[in-house]
Amino acid sequence: MRLMGLSAGTLVRLFLALVVLFACLAVYAVGALAVDLTFPPLTGRVVDGAGILTEDQRTALEAKLKAQEDKTSDQVVVATVPNLQGTTVEDYANRLFRAWKLGQAKTNNGALLLVAPSERKVRIEVGYGLEGALTDALSRVIIASAITPRFKTGDYYGGIDAGIDGILGILSGDAQEWQRKPQVRADEVDPTQVAVFVILFLVVLFVAWRMSRSGTGRAGRGGGIVFLPGPGSGGWSGGFSDGGSSGGFGGGFSGGGGSSGGGGASGDW
Amino acid sequence: MVSMLNAGALRPTSAAARLLGVLTILLVATGLSGCGAINRVPTLEEQAKSSWSEVQNQYQRRADLIPNLVETVKGYAQQEKDVLIGVTEARAKASSVKVDASTVSDPQKFKEFQDAQNQLSGALGRLLVTVEKYPDLKSNQNFLALQSQLEGTENRIAVARRDYIGAVQAYNTELRTIPGRWIAAILYPEAKPMETFSATPNADRPPNVKF
Repeated sequence: MRLMGLSAGTLVRLFLALVVLFACLAVYAVGALAVDLTFPPLTGRVVDGAGILTEDQRTALEAKLKAQEDKTSDQVVVATVPNLQGTTVEDYANRLFRAWKLGQAKTNNGALLLVAPSERKVRIEVGYGLEGALTDALSRVIIASAITPRFKTGDYYGGIDAGIDGILGILSGDAQEWQRKPQVRADEVDPTQVAVFVILFLVVLFVAWRMSRSGTGRAGRGGGIVFLPGPGSGGWSGGFSDGGSSGGFGGGFSGGGGSSGGGGASGDW
Repeated sequence: MVSMLNAGALRPTSAAARLLGVLTILLVATGLSGCGAINRVPTLEEQAKSSWSEVQNQYQRRADLIPNLVETVKGYAQQEKDVLIGVTEARAKASSVKVDASTVSDPQKFKEFQDAQNQLSGALGRLLVTVEKYPDLKSNQNFLALQSQLEGTENRIAVARRDYIGAVQAYNTELRTIPGRWIAAILYPEAKPMETFSATPNADRPPNVKF
């Protein structure tokens, strides 16, 4: 049997190849798992899905949270939800945190304050990177002493505001210490060290140039792209800006790619 | 070059067939590697393994909290010896279960691990129920801190288990569905399906106290 000049064996082979390709694509389609909970979009640092805050209150909270992120890159977000869609506050908070990818991708320095007024549940969900500072015990103290007493009297804004103050207080206490390190490192850069690096770099460049001229083409070209990490001082501060709020606050706010493993504490009122 | 062209001109069918054969292989190879199918088995296996170490890590963290917790409770509730001994023994048993990389692909070992950890969860649940009778203990700062750490750890265990179940599901599906199954048979014959946690309906609730 011949078709368009192709032998039967070739046709079979082509058919098999197509089967494999389609099967492969099918796996991809199945791989996109359905999500059983729906989450509100991350419209800002305060997402008031339950509608318990006024516009002014929301703006005031957002300003505080933005100041924190500008200072330390920690992404702290407040979310209120109309209901927990039948799951526990712990489960919902963790999935929401991951859906929003709070915190920077490398440092996972996000925190989420979740309030579910209809279930009367509150949770502080802490990203992997902040677990050391904002421990479970401290989160619980914040909830028990600052948040729930105010929620009991119906003062949602007061509770959220006090809770945020507590979280930011703990985070900046830790972050200031943490930020001092790059400063010290930057001051310690020794000029002779820099000179040594520059000389080394020039030597490598020269060797690479000589090798490429002497005809050993490949080896010479390879030497030309040797990368020498110098005693950089810009690395620390440079890392903070990426992955954060894309295009400033007015242009929208997005998670930096962080994740959480279930750290934090919950409470009810 | 010239001779090859000549050969092709002399025997067009076989040359065309050979060319098509090569093209088919190239097409399949690019198709598979294009969507990452060839590397999916080991990639998913590594993900499942790292999720497993997180599970182990969090269970270990729980085990590490227990001696301190038992000591604190002892100071206030000396008479609850049975409950305290139950927790200590369950912890010792859970720690004695040897866990290594082969645990996840061995149903027997996996069940042993899961049973020991569930037993410890039950013993801890009993302890926390007992504690309710001691208001002094409940207001003790040290105990409150330990309790919140324990709650946090239980929650981390739940998250780690959920992640592990998801990772193993993806890996096992890859091993059992068509391109992955063939690829694993040819390239990764040592890849075995992994065990996953069975739902434990009473794991999150403390069991009834029986004396």
